[in-house]
Amino acid sequence: MFSRREFLMAATATGAILGPGLTGWSRLMAQQALSEDDLLAMPAFGNVTLVHITDLHAQLKPIYFREPSVNLGVGEVAGLPPHVTGADFLKLYNIEPGSPHAYALTSEDFAALAKTYGKMGGLDRVATIVKRIRAERGDSMLLLDGGDTWQGSYTANKTQGADMIEVMNALGPDAMTGHWEFTYGMDRVQEAIDALPFPFLGSNIYDQEWNEPAFSPMETFERGGAKIAVIGQAFPYTPIANPRWMIPNWSFGIREEDIAGHVEAARSEGADLVVLLSHNGFDVDRKLASRVPGIDVILTGHTHDALPEPVLVGKTLLVASGSNGKFVSRLDLDVEGGEMKGFAYRLIPVFSDVIAPDADMSALIDKVRAPYEPELSRELARTSSLLYRRGNFNGTLDDVFCEALLEEREADIALSPGFRWGTTLVPDQAITVEDLHNACAMTYPAAYRSTMSGAMLKDVLEDVADNLFNPDPYYQQGGDMVRVGGMTYAIDPAATMGARISEMTLARTGEPLDPARDYVVAGWASVNEATEGPPIWDVVESWLSRHPEVEIPQNRPVSVKA
Amino acid sequence: MKLTRREALVLSAGAALIAFAGGRAGPAFAGAAETDQAIKDFTGGTEPQSGRITLTAPEIAENGNTVPVSVYVESPMTAEDHVASVMLLAEGNPNPDVATFHFTPMSGEATATTRMRLAKTQNVVAVAKMSDGSVYVDRKEVKVTIGGCGG
Repeated sequence: MFSRREFLMAATATGAILGPGLTGWSRLMAQQALSEDDLLAMPAFGNVTLVHITDLHAQLKPIYFREPSVNLGVGEVAGLPPHVTGADFLKLYNIEPGSPHAYALTSEDFAALAKTYGKMGGLDRVATIVKRIRAERGDSMLLLDGGDTWQGSYTANKTQGADMIEVMNALGPDAMTGHWEFTYGMDRVQEAIDALPFPFLGSNIYDQEWNEPAFSPMETFERGGAKIAVIGQAFPYTPIANPRWMIPNWSFGIREEDIAGHVEAARSEGADLVVLLSHNGFDVDRKLASRVPGIDVILTGHTHDALPEPVLVGKTLLVASGSNGKFVSRLDLDVEGGEMKGFAYRLIPVFSDVIAPDADMSALIDKVRAPYEPELSRELARTSSLLYRRGNFNGTLDDVFCEALLEEREADIALSPGFRWGTTLVPDQAITVEDLHNACAMTYPAAYRSTMSGAMLKDVLEDVADNLFNPDPYYQQGGDMVRVGGMTYAIDPAATMGARISEMTLARTGEPLDPARDYVVAGWASVNEATEGPPIWDVVESWLSRHPEVEIPQNRPVSVKA
Repeated sequence: MKLTRREALVLSAGAALIAFAGGRAGPAFAGAAETDQAIKDFTGGTEPQSGRITLTAPEIAENGNTVPVSVYVESPMTAEDHVASVMLLAEGNPNPDVATFHFTPMSGEATATTRMRLAKTQNVVAVAKMSDGSVYVDRKEVKVTIGGCGG
């Protein structure tokens, strides 16, 4: 079982955590006196500063994003961060309930605290942070983007990521890797990458035909007198979790042996610091750190975890910087003679009402959004409920999608993908086109309608459950469980594949699902080519027009067996 | 190990591919027992050891119809001490034996790459028979998934 004391001792053996110990923040916040300086001032440490942002999902403007209340870990990682949520998380990290950090890092009292602390993120606020660190640290700083940057909003989808590319180029990362970027298709991705003023790294992307590396795996930088090798790792299961037909020439995979090879090569070429810029997901990276020696820092991504302290695995520091622009990670390192001698870390929460927007960046963001503003702000409905997606099982926003699929497509059962992106709406808020698309903007939005037998539905649920709960992280794909409407089921995450799902019931009748009977199933985001149906946003918009006042009770279609 | 295109072509020419298991033997899938028997037939009953042989395969197949697998055996490849042959097996396919690669000291290096079809999630097994009669084994589970809900 996880021991807080052991964890802290391990971490403080080499470094200092400059995180949420600042309990004075809540008082300051309450007095409207929490300042930018309180959030950003950090005594410089060592000779190198890594700044990490990841999984922006194209959120240029401040958003609400509720962290998960259910984020189960299985096997060896059960009960370990990031599989700690809510009150347990607050206790583990010694965070005062109701404080700014409690709001930023957990789901506790989210709707109420959202009213107090406001939206988070916004790339103009991120720019303020980056510029300040750059001014303080000069050529000691590396800015690294973990990917899932170009997808997730109305404007990104309309411009095939061009809005994000323009704004990120102004922010000036030194390197990036990717995942959802690839859903713009091979030609668009190649064209965009060729035009980037910084490298797009992907050690694990291979040419399908000849099985040769297709992307630059690694880049070496000189910062603060140290030679820093940055290896890029794209999401290993992109062609499985997303449409393979959109990127037919590229093959992915974890390819641990390749990373080990790059680490060795970097060391033999004199690298003082080896960094893995990763979109593997936290548990995959934790396992990788225990098996591949010589990596000093893994900047993790994909699973959207935000941790106020790095996790130490052997001699490797794992940093988890959250998603949607809610956080920026600053990791100061003392690097000398090929060794990381110490670190100081802060997960900077981007409170949009506290951190002043950078004027140049605000202007640029407004410029790229301008052609779409009238549509973005068009109101579709209002919600009196908190609407969110993130969590292992159905969120209330997923229930909206499932209800829309059931009614609009006249289906028995609805399936909605368990993406970890999708922003949050607070009670008594308008639902705009922008909000809707934040939950479904993608390049394969067709809402299909087909029949599936009860047996097939069980196979689908078992398959997705194994992608999430396989005890070996290398077999996990990092999404959440597929969301269901019109049915309920029970799940035992610790069971083996084929034995996790039980008690599948058709909600309408209360009858068990018949394995031999066919049911009409409506869903969206199929990875199969030539899927037919209207785009999901049209389906949900149509439903919202008939339900202008959205109220979603806490629907719990899934019961979890311990 | 990273191979360039040219090296891969040279190597695949060096390792003569002898047997490809062809058509399906019937509707039944091979099990671990049938695989063990095929390994015994190949090794003559010598107990396989771990080490020296490395099987590389994806954890999750991107396309079950064509799964890339590579095998590498550590060996000086001299007349006295070399890899004689390597057998690849798929425990869950209708026929477990997929391919056998034969080597000589002239091969220079005992490495081979091919693609195989996997009917479902299963263990892929690689068995190397050395010139002194010793046998080494490595295995890896490759998952074949429906896919589509990650991210």
